[in-house]
Amino acid sequence: MKALVKYTWTEIKLYLREPMGAFFTLVFPLMMLFLFGSIYGNEPSALFNGYGSVDVSVPAYTAMIIGTTGILGLSITMATYREKGILRRLRVTPLRPQVILIAQVVVMFLMTAAGMLLLILAGKLVYNLRFDGNALNVTLAFVLSSLSFFSLGFVLASIMPNARTAQVVGMVIFYPMLFLSGAGMPLEILPQAVRNLSKFLPLTHVVTLLRGLWTGEVWSQHITEVWVLLAVLAAGVLISAKTFRWE
Amino acid sequence: MNPVISVNEIFKTYGRTRAVDGVSFQVQEGEIFGMVGPNGAGKTTTIECVEGLRAADCGQIKVLGLDPVKQERQLRPLLGIQLQQAHLPDNLKVWEALDLYASFYDRTVDWEQLLVELGLEEKRTAAFRKLSGGQQQRLFIALALINDPQLVFLDELTTGLDPHARHAIWDLVEEVRERGKTVFLTTHYMEEAEQLCDRVAIMDNGKIVALDTPANLINGLGISERVIFRVAGDWDYAGLESHPRVERVECDGDKRVVYGKSNGSVNPATIVTEVVNALTAGGIQFSDLRTEHPDLEDVFLTLTGRQLREERSA
Repeated sequence: MKALVKYTWTEIKLYLREPMGAFFTLVFPLMMLFLFGSIYGNEPSALFNGYGSVDVSVPAYTAMIIGTTGILGLSITMATYREKGILRRLRVTPLRPQVILIAQVVVMFLMTAAGMLLLILAGKLVYNLRFDGNALNVTLAFVLSSLSFFSLGFVLASIMPNARTAQVVGMVIFYPMLFLSGAGMPLEILPQAVRNLSKFLPLTHVVTLLRGLWTGEVWSQHITEVWVLLAVLAAGVLISAKTFRWE
Repeated sequence: MNPVISVNEIFKTYGRTRAVDGVSFQVQEGEIFGMVGPNGAGKTTTIECVEGLRAADCGQIKVLGLDPVKQERQLRPLLGIQLQQAHLPDNLKVWEALDLYASFYDRTVDWEQLLVELGLEEKRTAAFRKLSGGQQQRLFIALALINDPQLVFLDELTTGLDPHARHAIWDLVEEVRERGKTVFLTTHYMEEAEQLCDRVAIMDNGKIVALDTPANLINGLGISERVIFRVAGDWDYAGLESHPRVERVECDGDKRVVYGKSNGSVNPATIVTEVVNALTAGGIQFSDLRTEHPDLEDVFLTLTGRQLREERSA
């Protein structure tokens, strides 16, 4: 327990010292919010069922942060740790591998949550953000989505030969997904053909689930999303447990 | 007394390469045991099998009475390990690394004290990536000592360090032993092994080709020292060659090398006087006279027919 607490705290400090990770989780989503907020404002719109652009962007950008920390942050960190021999050094201590994985998940989760809270805070203060959902439901959906994407990150880290490849592959997966899933821009403005394709992207289900619960929809309307994310989580945990390598 | 490490006929094959080919040895409590040999001789594979990082294909290993692979979890708290290839996160500070690693163990020494002893006090708040090679190595030694281990492994401890940093690290290793710890190290610097180790195993092509104290290995060569100089003109050295303390004389252009015969003691009397007397008696002009003592490098050369120094620079 002592080791877990200390290791997690160390990883939090390291995360904040790494400008890239902290920028994309904490700063970049806010920049997006303010950029599009200043263009479209947050007036109720028929396109978004009476919600404003910012109202639908906050849950969507939360999905973007989840994708960033899972697909890019976690996989690059773990692949770097393995490639450089940081895991190797940890291996010859009594530290259990589960502790390393749990600490990474906790750190990424806290950072993702911090990114979301900043978005909510900025939305409330600047754009009079509207929230019609149940906070507990949204939190549960956020936890499920995060864990699901973190497990994907571990899989990527395990199957990539080195940190550089993990970074390139992570970007190739993440950036198209960002724009096709409705996380970067609302699905409503994308053509129907793209929207059909987007159903096959896990991030789309995060966006749909978070936006739906945010606007007061209930779980029974999002059975598909929940099953998809649970399946991704289960597959991710299984595959990463099988493929975990110290070096 | 049970040995701290006991290795019995281990083999390890990678594809078609026999990295370790039937190695056996024992390490006794309180000694500095060294494994030397060129790169690729099988030293690191051997030490990693003993550390429990790899499983040998066959053979038996006991470390502090435990099986390093099957009883890894019991063994980890008792060992201090400095790996040949390891890293810490770039932005991790020196004190944070010590504080973090201390939290992994139930029993630890005061890391503040270690920081001072290893000369890292000034670098306390420096990030790992800002440290020099020698400082990083000292930090890894500190991490290897943080749990007050009974047995310390040092794999290629000084590779890539400048001579000054290397000598400083040697002093540290001596201090580790003075604390009553057993040290198992590998190196491809023969000088390092000679300086530090109580006993040395020389490895080549996956086998131990010799194992003894450095002094015994060197004495076993039968050479005490060599006197090297240049002469002008011819010199009939037949008289010197038949001297009881002279092994042989070699010529190379104007260079002459006189090999002294070992009389079995560690510090035999020098043959310089005999050589100079013979030269003066013959009225021979000579210059650049110096003596060289045989070292582990010569032992390696004699055992394998190859020179370690050249292989290293190649």
